[in-house]
Amino acid sequence: LKIIWGSLPKALRPPLWEPLLYMDAFCFVVCNLLAFVFQMVEKGTSLLKKLEMNVSEAEKRTGKNSVNMQETYTVYLIETRSAHTDLNTPVPDMLWRRYSEFELLRTYLLVTYPFIIIPPLPEKRAEFVWHKLSADNLDPDFVERRRVGLENFLLRVASHPLLSNDKIFFLFLTDEKGWRDAVLETGFQDKVDSRLKSLSASFRVKNPDKRFTALKQYSDELNTAISQLLRIRARVADRLYGVYKVHGNYGRVFSEWSAIEKEMGDGLQSAGHHMDTYAASIDDILEEEEHYADQLKEYLFYTEAVRSVCRKHELIQYELEMAAQDLTYKKQQREELATGTVRVFSLKGMTSKLFGQESQEQREQKLMALEQDIKEGEELLKEKNQECHEFVQSAWKDIERFKEQKDRDLREALISYAIMQISMCKKGIQVWSNAKECFSKM
Amino acid sequence: MMSVGAPKGLPSSGQKPITEMIHPLSAVEEPLSPAPEVTVNAGGDKDTGLTNGTPVETSSPASVSSLFNRLQLDDDLDGDASTETRDLFVTVDDPKKHVSTMETYITYRVSTKTTRIEFDLPEYCVRRRYQDFDWLRIKLEDSQPTHLIPPLPEKFVMKGVVDRFSEEFVETRMKALDKFLKRVADHPVLSFNPHFNAFLTAKDLNKRQGLALLTKVGESVKYVAGGYKLRARPAEYASMGDYLDTFSGKLGTMDRIAQRIVKEQSEYLTELREYGTVYSSWAAVEEELQRPLEGVAGSVSTCCRALEDLSENISQDFLPVLREYVLYIESMKNVLRKRDQCQAEYEGRLEAAVLRRQEDRTPIPAEVEKCQDKVECFNADLKADWERWQRNKRQDFKQILTGMADKNISYYEKCQSAWESLITVLQDKQTDDKTRQGPFGRCFKALSSSL
Repeated sequence: LKIIWGSLPKALRPPLWEPLLYMDAFCFVVCNLLAFVFQMVEKGTSLLKKLEMNVSEAEKRTGKNSVNMQETYTVYLIETRSAHTDLNTPVPDMLWRRYSEFELLRTYLLVTYPFIIIPPLPEKRAEFVWHKLSADNLDPDFVERRRVGLENFLLRVASHPLLSNDKIFFLFLTDEKGWRDAVLETGFQDKVDSRLKSLSASFRVKNPDKRFTALKQYSDELNTAISQLLRIRARVADRLYGVYKVHGNYGRVFSEWSAIEKEMGDGLQSAGHHMDTYAASIDDILEEEEHYADQLKEYLFYTEAVRSVCRKHELIQYELEMAAQDLTYKKQQREELATGTVRVFSLKGMTSKLFGQESQEQREQKLMALEQDIKEGEELLKEKNQECHEFVQSAWKDIERFKEQKDRDLREALISYAIMQISMCKKGIQVWSNAKECFSKM
Repeated sequence: MMSVGAPKGLPSSGQKPITEMIHPLSAVEEPLSPAPEVTVNAGGDKDTGLTNGTPVETSSPASVSSLFNRLQLDDDLDGDASTETRDLFVTVDDPKKHVSTMETYITYRVSTKTTRIEFDLPEYCVRRRYQDFDWLRIKLEDSQPTHLIPPLPEKFVMKGVVDRFSEEFVETRMKALDKFLKRVADHPVLSFNPHFNAFLTAKDLNKRQGLALLTKVGESVKYVAGGYKLRARPAEYASMGDYLDTFSGKLGTMDRIAQRIVKEQSEYLTELREYGTVYSSWAAVEEELQRPLEGVAGSVSTCCRALEDLSENISQDFLPVLREYVLYIESMKNVLRKRDQCQAEYEGRLEAAVLRRQEDRTPIPAEVEKCQDKVECFNADLKADWERWQRNKRQDFKQILTGMADKNISYYEKCQSAWESLITVLQDKQTDDKTRQGPFGRCFKALSSSL
């Protein structure tokens, strides 16, 4: 036991486990090994271990679009480099992609892995803007933030245990020209329409899975909360901007006033400069805060992905119930046909009553066809059951992973937000202390 | 050099002995016999406490030490007081509301401590209303036309717009009245004015006010003999006038800026409050994140409170001083104009007299020399007051600007500590999480807890 314990890398030896060394040995060993394996599965297979990637630049291009009109768009440079590098770093592979290609990739992933919460893309158009922020897609600040968002998207996909192994994703990163054909060849586009239908369709599931219902509700609540937060944050930013900028007027008036003063002049003049500094400082402060907003936005868009997984499950559940219902009905029909009793009203039943029974032959033929139907129906039910079961297994595993990621990431975001606030306070104290010193020399 | 004799040379309502006619506002107030406690600066044998026989209206009598402390702090305001021995201390405090059938108004307690022989007693305690201060100011302006009289806070307030009886308004006004009396008390000439004395000591000011009404159109008119126009203001005084105009403009600008800041801060505060509540409502749907999100909401509301304090300070301490100086400037401009008039009269008379002399050898009358004296006295008084005013101005603005900086620093310090304490909470939880091993970690926690 102690040998096994000793052979474990330090990271996998949490202090909790120590006392258990002297406990039930078998239980301990088994759990130990399972945890070890679990760890390796988590980290080992993800693409990031083999391939480094980043979105390093953005460029404007002009070209003719599908309707032969000139348009300006932005392309982003994706660089990839093998993780196992020698001493001299090789030149990275590079290719350019535009936002619509990222969208295509994501749609493919959504359709191909409906049980996975697919990482979201950065927003298409700038929303939740406060007045100074540009809503223009070609604005360099927007482009820069989008570049970061796209890189983040790629990293998220590349660190997902399942998505990272996808061939199309790999081609997206490495094959500039051939990728488009490859993705179209998968035929994923056929599924796109049905997916959209499933998202918008309204059907009622008789026995909804409570966990999924709760999850959908949570994702709606999270969506509401983050939207509200982003909206109000933008208003707060606007107002704070106003407060800082008005102080700039002190700079001007102090300067003018200092001109008519003798002893007070110098102190006033330098204090005025500090007021200008104070007023100017808000630009950087608010720009930094946009990163926080972007972190929140990512999870806002994540809620849509969660919702669509829930909806997909509903659809599968519904189809399962329909299949079961259909089979039950067919079996009832068979029973009626076999025993001659009409339990369920049907037009056929009525007409046969009115116009006489069918012949024995006809009945036997019908029975055979029905038996076939029932057989097929049982197969279908089995399939659907299997599908549903697998879906729930895989989906729930990913949901657990997502929940932990979300808690981790949002906590980090809150910490970095608090750090930003502290930095802002320190700057404020600095400027006003400087001004105070000037005033005291007046 | 200070001019002397102004009080002596001018007619005034005279210094009447203190009668014991009960002033309706100072029902039970009486100067008390000395109690052994604190020694006054200049006085030798004056051990006095200021424990009042509790008048009906006052709440708690001012403890000797607190009054003394307050007076000591005010010492710093006037730089040159340290070179002189201060022997007159005046304080305004304790506002009280009076409701009568005719009207409702506020009175303030005016406390005086002095060793001057011009005062019969070492201490006085009277109650005065704004009207009384206004009366005093008019009397001072009339009787001391060559001097700069400190301003009073605005007399009229729009009834619908401002609540005359709100705590803030009364507090602000009281501070301004206190400043007014202190400035008069610190003035080497004005402080000896008999009207000032009456104001500080008389039980029944109404009586004197009655007389005042008759003599309202008073002495200052005599000083400003009509009809003379000054050709050119001497450079020295012209530059004073220019300075005052420019400075007044700057003050107006700063007033507008400060008001704008208050407005922007108020709007920021409204949004910030809502911002905090959104974090709380988000926390309600979370499990692991509930505590961190509540923490953020808490920090935000701490910042809100800090911001309220900051805005209040601007309204209560900063803006009133700006406005006071605008009034002060108007006062000073008036004095400059009066000086001009005085000089104009002299020059006019001199010119006329010289012409007469040229015509029929009439010597220049003594009157003209008296005018010259007047002008010289006026100039001297004005220059001295100008210097004093410049010193005070520098002191006052240094104080309020430093105060403004301090309040801002304090605001940011409060916010910083709110966010710093949040981080420790957030990060503690994080290191706790890192020792977990995912779902298997939970399994082990369960195992270890069963030990």
